[in-house]
Amino acid sequence: MGDLLQLVVSGTATGAIYALAALGFTLLWQAAGTINFAQGEFVMVPAFLMLFFMSSFGVPLWLAFVLACVVAMLLLGVAFKYGIVNPLIRHGVIPLVIATLGLSLGIKQLVKAGYSAQAFPFPSAFPSGQFSIGGAAVSYADVGTLFLAGIIVIGLQTFLNRTVTGRAMQAVAQNTDAARVLGIDANRMVLYVFLINAVLASVAALLVTPTYLAKFDMGDSIGLKAFFAAIIGGFNQTRGALLGGVLIGILENVVGFYVSPAYKEGVALMLFLVVILFRPEGLLGKVEERKV
Amino acid sequence: MKSSARITALFIGIAAFAVLPVFLKSYGVYLCTLFCVTLMATFGLNLTIGYAGQMSLGQAAFYGIGAYIAAISLKAGVPFFVVLPLAAVACFAVGLALGFPALRVQHHYLAFATLGFNVLVFLMMRNEEKITGGTFGISGIPRPTLLGYSMDGVLPFFWFTLFFTVLLAAFLWWLLRSPWGRAFAALRDNPIRAESLGVNITAYTLFAFAIGAACAGIAGVFFAALVQFVEPAPFHFSVSLLMLLAVIVGGSGKFFGPLLGTIVIVLLPEWLRFMQNWYLAAFGFAIVALMIWLPGGILSIPERLRLGRVARPAVAAPDTLKEATR
Repeated sequence: MGDLLQLVVSGTATGAIYALAALGFTLLWQAAGTINFAQGEFVMVPAFLMLFFMSSFGVPLWLAFVLACVVAMLLLGVAFKYGIVNPLIRHGVIPLVIATLGLSLGIKQLVKAGYSAQAFPFPSAFPSGQFSIGGAAVSYADVGTLFLAGIIVIGLQTFLNRTVTGRAMQAVAQNTDAARVLGIDANRMVLYVFLINAVLASVAALLVTPTYLAKFDMGDSIGLKAFFAAIIGGFNQTRGALLGGVLIGILENVVGFYVSPAYKEGVALMLFLVVILFRPEGLLGKVEERKV
Repeated sequence: MKSSARITALFIGIAAFAVLPVFLKSYGVYLCTLFCVTLMATFGLNLTIGYAGQMSLGQAAFYGIGAYIAAISLKAGVPFFVVLPLAAVACFAVGLALGFPALRVQHHYLAFATLGFNVLVFLMMRNEEKITGGTFGISGIPRPTLLGYSMDGVLPFFWFTLFFTVLLAAFLWWLLRSPWGRAFAALRDNPIRAESLGVNITAYTLFAFAIGAACAGIAGVFFAALVQFVEPAPFHFSVSLLMLLAVIVGGSGKFFGPLLGTIVIVLLPEWLRFMQNWYLAAFGFAIVALMIWLPGGILSIPERLRLGRVARPAVAAPDTLKEATR
């Protein structure tokens, strides 16, 4: 029982990180109709930015994180939106999907060729060590991850539901034309979504890199889990991304422990296939009628 | 160009390519053969992407399944011409099983499903050591013999592979011109209209995807016989991504699009070896630029020039398009 509890706690912590990446992914889809296949690389880039700031300027981790957030917002938020999404969105989903696939390859290889193909250790934002609850050993890093991810999610939900800007963003996501008629600057709201996505990816990078190590292809796995988490929970629901992420995190741990650690990476796919077979709209999703 | 002139040009092209390796060293012949092998997989993928309008990111997984089936059964002494259909049928069946849940929902779900499938297949190749030999792979795969004539030499095997590549391409050409194939184009161009005319969208896209997978399986058999050694690395999902981008670069939905794209992913990297990883980085960003300025791929340039600026799709209100493609 202690084993299981331990697996669930650490799985929830890992799942919370997937959920952060998935959340950004879902927000981009809802507000901007963008399926971002480079989402994993959007996590990898801030990780390397933080490493760069720490090694080049000797700044502490928290300052490196803040700087990485700012650069990520410019690069993965503003530049991504105006350079790639805006020119392509009018051609429909597929060209944009392919462009983000190309972007994913480009960023990955750029880091590999220009920086290094090695895996770099990354400092944890939390103290090491663990304590025990009911026979389960829980690490401070897991608790810290859950705490930070929880704050980010609650903060984001409050922002989206309680502030005028947040509500305007939801309005744009639901019906862009109607939102425009009501005098909402839709373009600005979509830009906010891109900025939020960049920050979410940076936080995910801060939390995941100590265990994944900073490597050019670290985004492959995170990106894939983020897609699956978003679909499992329901593509059109923000809460869905959270549920999907945590579910994948826990199941991966349980399968890795009781079945085979070698197939941990396959868990998300299996869960995804089962969910789309029996509940194609996702666990929390609403059915979208196709418009002709 | 008239169609007869085109066919003549095509035959001259194939003949020139068939003669070329005679003047090359054995590594050059190997590259030409690898080019043919990859071409089989990308031609198949073009059917899925270009004609059925589906994104598949798992072509390397089917390629790998074909290669491992070939490696295991060829070593067990099963004749090559039994292995070939076996691998094709196996990949076709796996394609149906994977495509069925994904295609019921939305088009981009197939991309996620195939991507995850590729990751899973890669893990199985690496971990199921009893069957696949794990990271050490399977070596000593025999080359086929044709009418008692051995294909052990580099040149005979090249011609053998080229012959089957042309055969496969001819089959796909015929398939696309059959009424069955015409339905593909109809459903890619306007799925809703095609459906209202009685085309069963799900069945057609599923079959297109499975046939594309079977082509990759066939390519895998030739790959195993070419390198005579299989291990998981050539079937990583990044290879699937390269194959997909190869089809896009050449122009998806253009029959000869994959030809150009496969040169870009197989032959150019060898020539530009001094650039190493920068080549792939540049390739990735080139794809982004291509999507922005030339969404139809390189082979759409003549069309663009002929139609002038009109070739660009009329700028519709972004939101209506967004809705329509959801």
